Amino acid sequence: MISSIRSVKKSKKAIVICSIILFFFFTISILAPWISPHDPIQVNLLQKLSPPSWEYPLGTDHLGRCNLSRILHGARVSLGFASLIFISSLGIGLLVGTFAGYKGGWVDVLLMRFCEGVMAFPNLVLVLGIVGLLGPGLWQVVLALTMVQWVYYARMIRGMVVSMKEQNFITAARISGSSTSKIIRTHLIPNIIPPIVVMGTLEMGWAIMDISALSFLGLGIQPPTPEWGAMIHEGKGFIRSHPELMLYPGLMILFVVISFNILGESLSEHFGVKSRN
Amino acid sequence: MVAYIAKRIFAVIPIVLFAILLMFALVRMSPVDPAEAYLAAANIHPTEELLAEKRHEFGLDQPLFVQYLQTVKNIALLDFGNSYMTNSPVWEEVAARLPATFQLAASSILLSILISVPLGFLSAIYKNGPIDHFSKGLSYFGASIPQFWLGYLLIFFFAVKLDLFPVEGRGSWQHLVLPSVTLSVALIAIYTRLLRASVLEELQEFYVLYARTRGIKESAIMVKHVLKIAISPMMTGLGMNLGKLLTGTIIVEQVFSWPGFGRYFIEAIFNRDIPVIQCYVVLAACLFIVCNLIVELLQLYMDPRISWKERTEP
Repeated sequence: MISSIRSVKKSKKAIVICSIILFFFFTISILAPWISPHDPIQVNLLQKLSPPSWEYPLGTDHLGRCNLSRILHGARVSLGFASLIFISSLGIGLLVGTFAGYKGGWVDVLLMRFCEGVMAFPNLVLVLGIVGLLGPGLWQVVLALTMVQWVYYARMIRGMVVSMKEQNFITAARISGSSTSKIIRTHLIPNIIPPIVVMGTLEMGWAIMDISALSFLGLGIQPPTPEWGAMIHEGKGFIRSHPELMLYPGLMILFVVISFNILGESLSEHFGVKSRN
Repeated sequence: MVAYIAKRIFAVIPIVLFAILLMFALVRMSPVDPAEAYLAAANIHPTEELLAEKRHEFGLDQPLFVQYLQTVKNIALLDFGNSYMTNSPVWEEVAARLPATFQLAASSILLSILISVPLGFLSAIYKNGPIDHFSKGLSYFGASIPQFWLGYLLIFFFAVKLDLFPVEGRGSWQHLVLPSVTLSVALIAIYTRLLRASVLEELQEFYVLYARTRGIKESAIMVKHVLKIAISPMMTGLGMNLGKLLTGTIIVEQVFSWPGFGRYFIEAIFNRDIPVIQCYVVLAACLFIVCNLIVELLQLYMDPRISWKERTEP
């Protein structure tokens, strides 16, 4: 009992800390154009690979571009597109999942079999396959990741809708004369939100990892756009002389993804929902 | 028992067919015309006649359903067509690269089991102790660190600074060390937590209490009974995380210039070599499905309760 109270307290603390960190990163990504000391894609070959100075706090890369500005702008790309993928896959998942769960019958069977078919592929393999067929590029990556991720939301939401339909408190609310919109507002949504928040948080971490991995492979964000994975890809050629070029962006990815993961797990502990893993 | 196993095996077939269908649909929906891509890769100027001829050769003028059946048949015969780049059969090229990928995958699985079994077991027994905290930290770290970055960090410290291992390539056992470590960190993170959770669950069971009251040595209870049963969920984890392992090999092969299937796949993506892309994705899906089936059957063998439960439930 005492240990469970302690773990709830601990998870609350983790939620607060991770939220603050992530809020900080989101703020950076929004304010990047105003707080960056330099233009992230401006080449200045006279200043290439210069050590940290007042003008370039983290030094410059092989093309003389300001590392700090590139990292700040990288946050914008990573977090921005991860959020986009989250919103679009959640949107499709909500639509399909609610529809399938509500309709039932063969529509439900067909849609869920489709989702299972997509899940039969290892995630990133299918994403790479789609990107391979559509050609490399940022929007193709966003599309591919959305196409693969929405099925998880759809299945989860469908499961919740089906179990909600059977719940006594819904029937009770309906019998006592609540309107459909009121039932959705006061009964359905509060029950559906916690699992979505947990899954979405963990999903954000994965999306950031996947975007950076694809950019690292050269299939996602194309140079000169600053993105953390792409920066590691560019920095790897200087691993002997200037390892810091790939050190900074990697640390950023690690830091953001670890915050999302800890936040997701603490939230799932807090709400008492099981996460996908 | 045999009937049950046969049922499980047959249940896999529609999933495989669907996976092929999905890939088939994606190839058809992609803006790339296989006939055009073939000619472009072979450096032949595409004229209308040539395109029509190639389309006929690829069977692209057939009804879609016939094309799909043909695809399934070809895949069943391991005929993935010819690579646009080299014009040699894809399967031959793949078969030449598979051993390298399997070697890498096998050594990482081995390494991750060797580390995560004792680590997960000890962190469950000494719950909330220093080992447990360490393994928890490691699991967050392993789940959040980008594999390509970890690979370069290892290269920087162990190949560039300390000069202990080669930077890239394949050959001696030294070549295998850094890629395997890179690949296994993510797996160790998962397996350690899985084993810890299942050991903790088993410790609550009555048979443990009973064995303790009988005065059986604690170490014997743990190793002979608890660990034996607790390993089972870890095997499911092994099957379920095969996808992570596969995508991991793609990235790690890229970082360490490991001449495997994953590297070949990435090259194919850059070259729009559709037969190779299709081959990789379909094979990966089949491997994923089949391995999960094998894991399921193995569990059946190890833990008869599972089949009993499933067979009694409608």
